[in-house]
Amino acid sequence: MSRLPFYLIVGLLLVAGVALSVHRHVQFEVPWTPGEQREVWEVESQITFTATGDAPVLVDMALPTNQRGFRLLTENTASPGYGLSFVQENGGRRAQWSIREAVGSQQLYYTAQFLVAPGSRPPEISPPPLREDIVWERPYDTAAVQVIERAWGRSANSFTFARELIRDFGDERQGENARLLLTQYERGPLLVRLLNQAGVPAREVSGLLLEDGRRRQSLMTWVQVFDDDEWTLFDPRSGEQGHPDNLLLWESTGQAVLEVQGGTNSGVTFSMLTHNQPAAAAVRNQLDEDSLLNFSIHSLPLEDQALFQTILLIPIGALVVVLLRVLVGIKTSGTFMPVLIALAFIQTTLVTGLVGFLLVVAVGLVIRNYLSYLNLLLVARVTAVIITVIAIISAFSVLSYRFGLNAGLTITFFPMIILSWTIERMSILWEEEGPKQVLIQGGGSLVTAILAYLAMNNPWIRHITFNFLGVQLILMAMILLLGNYTGYRLLELRRFKPVTED
Amino acid sequence: MKALAGWTSPGKLRIKGIVGMNRRNIRYIGRYNNRRLYPLVDDKLKTKLLAQEYGITTPALIGTVTTQFGVKHIRDMLEGHAGFVIKPAKGSGGKGILVIEHTDQDAYIKPSGVRLTLEDIERHVSNILSGLYSLGGTPDVAVIEALINFDERLAEYTYEGVPDIRVIVFKGYPVMAMMRLSTAASDGKANLHQGAVGVGLDISSGAAIRGVQFDRTRHDHPDTGHELASLRIPDWHTLLVLAAGCFEMTGLGYIGTDMVLDRDHGPMLLELNARPGLAIQMANGEGLRRRLDLIEAQPEGQTPEARVDFAKRHFARRSELERSDEGRQTPTNVPQADTR
Repeated sequence: MSRLPFYLIVGLLLVAGVALSVHRHVQFEVPWTPGEQREVWEVESQITFTATGDAPVLVDMALPTNQRGFRLLTENTASPGYGLSFVQENGGRRAQWSIREAVGSQQLYYTAQFLVAPGSRPPEISPPPLREDIVWERPYDTAAVQVIERAWGRSANSFTFARELIRDFGDERQGENARLLLTQYERGPLLVRLLNQAGVPAREVSGLLLEDGRRRQSLMTWVQVFDDDEWTLFDPRSGEQGHPDNLLLWESTGQAVLEVQGGTNSGVTFSMLTHNQPAAAAVRNQLDEDSLLNFSIHSLPLEDQALFQTILLIPIGALVVVLLRVLVGIKTSGTFMPVLIALAFIQTTLVTGLVGFLLVVAVGLVIRNYLSYLNLLLVARVTAVIITVIAIISAFSVLSYRFGLNAGLTITFFPMIILSWTIERMSILWEEEGPKQVLIQGGGSLVTAILAYLAMNNPWIRHITFNFLGVQLILMAMILLLGNYTGYRLLELRRFKPVTED
Repeated sequence: MKALAGWTSPGKLRIKGIVGMNRRNIRYIGRYNNRRLYPLVDDKLKTKLLAQEYGITTPALIGTVTTQFGVKHIRDMLEGHAGFVIKPAKGSGGKGILVIEHTDQDAYIKPSGVRLTLEDIERHVSNILSGLYSLGGTPDVAVIEALINFDERLAEYTYEGVPDIRVIVFKGYPVMAMMRLSTAASDGKANLHQGAVGVGLDISSGAAIRGVQFDRTRHDHPDTGHELASLRIPDWHTLLVLAAGCFEMTGLGYIGTDMVLDRDHGPMLLELNARPGLAIQMANGEGLRRRLDLIEAQPEGQTPEARVDFAKRHFARRSELERSDEGRQTPTNVPQADTR
């Protein structure tokens, strides 16, 4: 029997897999390592207000543009029934929603995707005109002059002046004058006023501090200070100078962020999420180019991509099982059960998952032991075990929640049917072969599951399997080769040791 | 190096000719056992009926239970049989086999002395039918056989259960044999990994070569204390011919035949195994590899008798066991069997 066709197939798979991967790397510039990924932020703003119902509604909101550190990729809105237009106004972009009749609570959504692009340069921003019409009431005028003089004396240029000025409003150095001014004016507008009075162009801007997974955030005020053509940002609260890397400027022309006509109680909140995309994919997203040739998971909707990320990891887990069974000789309870447990570990994290798994199986074994006295038919008994497992999982979830252990809630990610069969099999094993075999097979399953988890949770492996479909062919070839291995298993070296002794 | 004390090297195993699990699966089972034929051996009822067709003796069939409804009639079926064995037709690894040595009024007594009620028996049969012991949990049939009246000449070598003889038959040639003696540790079961004693048997004479329990050498039975060296299987030639005949019967090239010796009927086929384990190498202190290689080189189309004669000529071995009556002489280095 010739093995030639076999090796031919394996060779073909290997060549095709490597070629596909290299093609993707070269043609689509998908990097080999996850480090070369680009960060993409998804920011969703939710505008809420109550329409009064007696007048047409006009909502006008400032929109972010390309800016230092961020490039706008795509934007979407969700506003059923509303007319929408984007307008360019005084150097800023704004969205205007309008509707003739609306009553009650209204919600409008605007979502934008930003690519983190450290090299991105903002369009030239001209300094705002200095306001000449600043009038202070008594006694604030003297206080303002004194504050300005104090800071002016200790500064060398506009930026140092701004820093000193804000510091004087800081908690430690807050003087009498500063305290007095703060009783009348809000900190942001006050600082801009003082800067303008001293002849330094400045304006208030609104920005969003990006933090992964944050919801219901609101914009924060920053002071933009100009010195000739340069500008920088100051945190009016701390006086810190500079542009934080995670600050996304939402409105930078000194206008209102949100204006609502025909509605009350208006407000806007922001939710944000970050995810990594290969640099090329992120750039391609911007171009919005979809071709059949570009056969990759990335052309699917986001939700399905997430699903595939997991599906494409399963062969890695299966490979670990094959390695451990064929090369090492570890016994597991249920061939691929460890892979499913490992998938659950990915959701729960390792320690929580292990503790949860052991708890469920241990309690399940005790209850299953009682069920065996009831003399039930197999299917009925396993079903009873399934219900028991669900009950155990619910009980643990509630208990851990009560004790404030939120990690306990992730226990629901365990595949319950698989757990039930595991309990059933272990219980039979216990009855027939004793607890030792249960420990051996249960331990083997857990070791396999942990190793599969470590492999599947490795960022590099996740990156490779998700971005290079060709890797699946290489895995296939490897598994075919392993299926052909006739050598000894590692544990057989111990098992057959006595034979070699005499 | 102490951590490695319990381990050996692949090279040493290869010198001994040990066949590993992977090699067994690919090289022998995969190549010589046609999957289409598996049902013949995986279903004990089919094996039994086939064996009757080919004139191979098996334990008498008392009856079968195929439906949960039939479980209710089991009492009538067992009426008049003092001892019997209930086994799942598709069980594996000795799972689900219940041996009842004798009945005492309403109680059924296991070899260990444990008394079971009729309900226990019915539950066991019901479990078998629902597939608890079968591969993949598929619904199964319960087979009830007459208890074997095992040969008293072997009584001292076993504890409770019936000792059975496993012969590996490759392409119709008996290549290696061992006897499995149940012990207290194995709960009367003849499974080596549960603590039964495995005794390697010389293919030419049926005499004991070597004994192991839990993979370690033994010279006597742990419970009866009887030395193993004097163990010699009666009717050895008949047994080998019977085993060799299973090749024609099933068409499977690599099988484990489990035989028992009945007081009245001589050697009998108990069951066949298409995936026989590798522990037989431990019991014989020798790997299967050289013997299998030799058989692979033999022409096909020999009669069972001729094949048995060939095996007896080539696989003869001398015992490594100490005989207590010969003044405990240390076993001299036994020359390897002529397998070339």
